[in-house]
Amino acid sequence: MVMAQALGIGARHRAPGRLGMMGRQIWDALRDDKPALVGLAFIILLVAIAVVTAIWPGVLPYDPYEQDLAQSFQPPSPAHWFGTDQQGRDILCRILVGTQISLSVAAVVVVVSLAAGVLLGAIAGFKGGAVDTVIMRVMDMMLAIPSMLLAIALMAALGTGIDKAVIAISIVAIPQYARIVRGQVLSVKEREYISAARVAGDTDATIIFKHVLPNVMPSIIVRATLGVSSAILDTASLGFLGLGVQPPAAEWGDMLGSGRNFIFTAPYSLVFPGLAITVTVLAFNLLGDAIRDAFDPKSRKR
Amino acid sequence: MVDIQDRAASAAPAAGDDVLLRVEHLTKSFVAKSSVFGKPLSYVSAVDDVSFTIRRGEVFGLVGESGCGKTTVGRMIAGLIAPTSGTITFDGRDITALSPRERRALSRDIQLVFQDPYASLDPRMTVSEIISEPIVAHGLLPADQIPGRVAELLELVGLSPSMATRYPHEFSGGQRQRIGIARALAPKPKLIICDEAVSALDVSVQAQVLNLLQDLKERLGFAYLFIAHGLNVVKHVSDRVGVMYLGKLMEISEGNDLYRYPLCPYTQALLSAIPSVDPTVRRKRIILEGDVPSPIDPAPGCRFASRCYAKVGACEVVFPELRPIGADGGHEVACHRYDGLDSVERARELAEELQTGMARAPYGRGAGETNAIPATAAPQEDPAA
Repeated sequence: MVMAQALGIGARHRAPGRLGMMGRQIWDALRDDKPALVGLAFIILLVAIAVVTAIWPGVLPYDPYEQDLAQSFQPPSPAHWFGTDQQGRDILCRILVGTQISLSVAAVVVVVSLAAGVLLGAIAGFKGGAVDTVIMRVMDMMLAIPSMLLAIALMAALGTGIDKAVIAISIVAIPQYARIVRGQVLSVKEREYISAARVAGDTDATIIFKHVLPNVMPSIIVRATLGVSSAILDTASLGFLGLGVQPPAAEWGDMLGSGRNFIFTAPYSLVFPGLAITVTVLAFNLLGDAIRDAFDPKSRKR
Repeated sequence: MVDIQDRAASAAPAAGDDVLLRVEHLTKSFVAKSSVFGKPLSYVSAVDDVSFTIRRGEVFGLVGESGCGKTTVGRMIAGLIAPTSGTITFDGRDITALSPRERRALSRDIQLVFQDPYASLDPRMTVSEIISEPIVAHGLLPADQIPGRVAELLELVGLSPSMATRYPHEFSGGQRQRIGIARALAPKPKLIICDEAVSALDVSVQAQVLNLLQDLKERLGFAYLFIAHGLNVVKHVSDRVGVMYLGKLMEISEGNDLYRYPLCPYTQALLSAIPSVDPTVRRKRIILEGDVPSPIDPAPGCRFASRCYAKVGACEVVFPELRPIGADGGHEVACHRYDGLDSVERARELAEELQTGMARAPYGRGAGETNAIPATAAPQEDPAA
């Protein structure tokens, strides 16, 4: 608290002060939350792996794309820790390279769907009336269709490929953000300081961006963190169905999909990619839960 | 008393351009219940046919208990709520139905100080951002002059300029209210509406803020619409006072007149509830019976009739018009008891009798009737004539 105040007083500009306050709030809650710290550490590790393998592929002992059919389906051994797949590629190397796609797709999806969802939700909540009805009924229609089905339908229309997958997953995620933001905006816009902003002479756009959104920020951050894990899952699902990245690119879902025919003969070819997905999603969920707790005064300890 | 009458005479409505704000027949009803298809079934009449004026540099107090519509009046003038009917004229211009753009431009001249100093400041903005908001919104100053102006405003309301970079949660209620006042002063408005600006504060801080408001008015010369639920708060600051009850304006008077000679029985009851600090003043404590009736689809007649200790037959039939008593027009009252009375002295006598419980003689219209008389009935003989 004292630190937060010191931060607020010291802040010269608007954004650092505000974000600093929020960041401090999150960190205070995370410090005592072991699972969340483990999740955060794992996420940092994943990001490091993705960055290092992208910049310097030579760090990997094997080329993740080079086929060597003589090495096909080697069980886990000191040479190949996670074994090799049908094409004789090292599974560990492919998993490590796969973080690049999973994390970058997830990041792009979250940014795109968050921006669109926040804008739509804020307009719907703030304007109300017919605007609200039109926007939210469209969102309801999208929510009524199972998201994976909708994503597959979009992929069918757009064609396969990782860029198309990003578009499809982003569109599918928009309604969730829009709904949350709209609900929050509805409650924030009734606050007295919104009336005060109106009396001060602010335009609607100024009120939305200067008053409403900063006060809705905490729930957006929470949803975005959890949104990363669902984006990773969606990417993997599309990859599993062969709709996302195209071979030979290394992607966890695609590895899972191509390994599924050999579940009894070479279980390691899909257990390890599956584990990678599970642990990554778990890490983001743990972090998201902790951040939610940090912003929820009722669940705060002490 | 002579002094009071002199003031009343000098302040009587005269030149039209002296009037800053004129509110005429202002009415606001909210839908209380609607059918499945959204057709309104019943209305809450929050403000009903309210008319008053505020002159330049004047403090107009508006009092009444919770739910009487005084805040709604303030919010309609500030443009936060659209009136159902009636007109609001500000500075000679009809501002009842402006476009959002025109309304925004007008917010430079009409500012509002909110009731709750905890809710009316954005928790994620610094004090400097809050205070400079009207200046930025209207582009009144170039960016490099804003910090200086903020410091000036902070000093004006008795805060240290070094507090500009802090957040609202670091301040006490009284300090927060000063921030709210500084924000209202920032665009140099012509009218400041104080919506229960001190009721959320404790008494010692109330006095500080009231003195500050008074002081600022004298130095900067704008007009106030001062909304409060207690007459004692309004007494400090107001030149004229209007008393509201259930959406109706019951009485308007020069400040001191109202406290010495309350005419409307409701005002009398309100005043009798103020504890006196002067042992020589002995005012009978009037205790009203019953609750405030529901504002949903109110019955015809005087809104106060169900609780009034001085009501006459006509009170339950038709609402008494707000009309001036005496020649100078400084004291207006909406009460059937004073129907046909034109002498200020006689009205005051009658008011005195009502308060001491001695007024049983029929003075008002329809007083002798056991049943209600038609609204169109002619006034009975005027005892003052």
